[in-house]
Amino acid sequence: MIKKWLRWMCMGVILSLVFSACAPAATPTQSSGPQKLKVFGAFATPIEEPWDGVIHQALVKARDAGKIEYTYTEDIGYSGDMERILREVCEQQKPDLIMGDAFGNEEAVRRVAIDFPEIAFAFGSGFGPSEPNLAVFDNWIHEPAYLLGMLAGGLTRSNTIGVVGGYPVPEVNRIVNAFIAGAKETNPKAKVLVTFINSWFDPAQAKEAALAQVDSGADVLFAERFGVIEAAKEKGVWAFGNMSDQNELAPDLVVSSAVWNMEPTVEYLIKQVEAGTFTAQDLKDFSMIGKGGASLAPFHATESKLPPELVSRVNARLEEIKKGTFRVDIDEAPPAAVN
Amino acid sequence: MEIFLVGWVAATLRVATPLIFGTLGELFSERSGVLNLGIEGTMFLGAFIGFTVASKSGSLWLGFFTAVLVGMLSGWLMALLAVRLGVNQHVAGLGMTLLWTGFSLFGFRLIFGEPKVPPSITPFQSLSILPDSTFLGPVINQHGLTYVAFLLIPLTGWVLHRTRFGLNVRAVGENPEAADAAGLDVYQIRTLALMIGGGLMAGGGAFLSLAQLGAFTYGIVAGRGWVCIALIIFANWRAVGVLWGALIFGGVAALQLRLQTMGLQLPYELFLALPYLVTILALIIAGRNASAPAALLKAYRRE
Repeated sequence: MIKKWLRWMCMGVILSLVFSACAPAATPTQSSGPQKLKVFGAFATPIEEPWDGVIHQALVKARDAGKIEYTYTEDIGYSGDMERILREVCEQQKPDLIMGDAFGNEEAVRRVAIDFPEIAFAFGSGFGPSEPNLAVFDNWIHEPAYLLGMLAGGLTRSNTIGVVGGYPVPEVNRIVNAFIAGAKETNPKAKVLVTFINSWFDPAQAKEAALAQVDSGADVLFAERFGVIEAAKEKGVWAFGNMSDQNELAPDLVVSSAVWNMEPTVEYLIKQVEAGTFTAQDLKDFSMIGKGGASLAPFHATESKLPPELVSRVNARLEEIKKGTFRVDIDEAPPAAVN
Repeated sequence: MEIFLVGWVAATLRVATPLIFGTLGELFSERSGVLNLGIEGTMFLGAFIGFTVASKSGSLWLGFFTAVLVGMLSGWLMALLAVRLGVNQHVAGLGMTLLWTGFSLFGFRLIFGEPKVPPSITPFQSLSILPDSTFLGPVINQHGLTYVAFLLIPLTGWVLHRTRFGLNVRAVGENPEAADAAGLDVYQIRTLALMIGGGLMAGGGAFLSLAQLGAFTYGIVAGRGWVCIALIIFANWRAVGVLWGALIFGGVAALQLRLQTMGLQLPYELFLALPYLVTILALIIAGRNASAPAALLKAYRRE
């Protein structure tokens, strides 16, 4: 009996040692200097998911620059944990600012925000801001997507372009529609195929969808989702990335990407919260080209292979967008399968 | 039309490959009387281990075989829970899936950090048996692992129905008491069957990361393990049925992606639902005569 008890005891000690070794090193506590802003990140998916990854990376950058203290919880899911975690964090850690994505957790986030008016909430959302303390943002990268479309239209030889998207939700639709509009600007004859895979993350399926488009004649692919660039690599066709600069996946074939950058939003929020002037507002502008929240990724090694007049045409449009003299239409209706 | 057909058949074989690996793995497990719901997680683990070893060692085959080996360990752990300790098979299996999903994501982050773009390697290239320009080129020029998967089907059928080991597996899956009385070690045979099954499942996952994509990402298995669970019922727990099941599901999945590009005036959701509708239909038709191994889901306790 005692032997058995001892054995369990030993196992317990070993396990706790293992777990404590796994725990991240404690962050040194600030003893002097001005109090840093405390920011908490609440993500429904693992941070490897590109959308939440963009928010996380901007916050990590602010932390590394010494501007904020940052902690986060990821993979919260959509089955009710969001509200519990937010409430616990609000009551115990009392952060100054909470950021995250509210998609699929809209009601939970809004319920908690109303109960903690002294904490600033800034969440990715398809809905509007809510007084007094819930600001919203979203990935407004339709402008670079339009520019990618211009490039795609100019590059296609078969006049067929393929787009593989996740779900036809407004965030995706406006990117795809802007891409199609851009393609039509440089190549009115271009046919744009749009396939939805009904998943945010199924790269194997996305690749198959792209291969099917190549079989249907597409020689330029827009990878709204991961997996498409792998198909471009296999077939040796041009590709465009989405969300982050994905050139490194196929340096000779990925011409550019529509990049979303949350740093301007995070910078602005930090300033507002620190100054005590935070208001519930739509932070849309900070995710667009004008304020640096969206951009066209550099052409890297593909630049020398692009027609110079196409590049200058795209750059001219980019300048017009920056100056505010050209506006990319926001069309959130589901695109047709063949455009 | 020819291009459409050839492309479709080629895609069908590609899509079917991981399903064949996974379903054959589940076949070994269930024939021995253990439902292994750890399949989804084991495939994810296989994708992770395969990619990590291949990217660190530079050898794709080393990655693949390490994944299979680790999958066998995962099968052993499942056996420890569901066979030796007699834990409820649903609970143990789902627990394994949760464990390996978390483990793989955690391990990936330890090794690769938090890159903005998932790290990638050059995946397995398709064999070039015929020039790609020939009519049947795209169909014949598949990945080596696809050939392996299709060869594993008759091999599995032979092992299960023509060897002593296969007889033992089926015996402990039908009537463990009688098998035990006949002098078989039920625990050991079930453990072996689960280990073989785990290795095959992990192989299916490794196909996704090493051949299909050359990358490991969150969500890479995307429910294919659960599809395998349905296919096993369609296959009526026989190896040859696995072939038809995987081909039908893979075929319709590849077809719907092709139909989407044709611009038919139908909602795309209909195409997306097709593989599942066909699976349900096939289950209704084939499932009526399905007879599961009699001791499936029953933990065996030696008196």
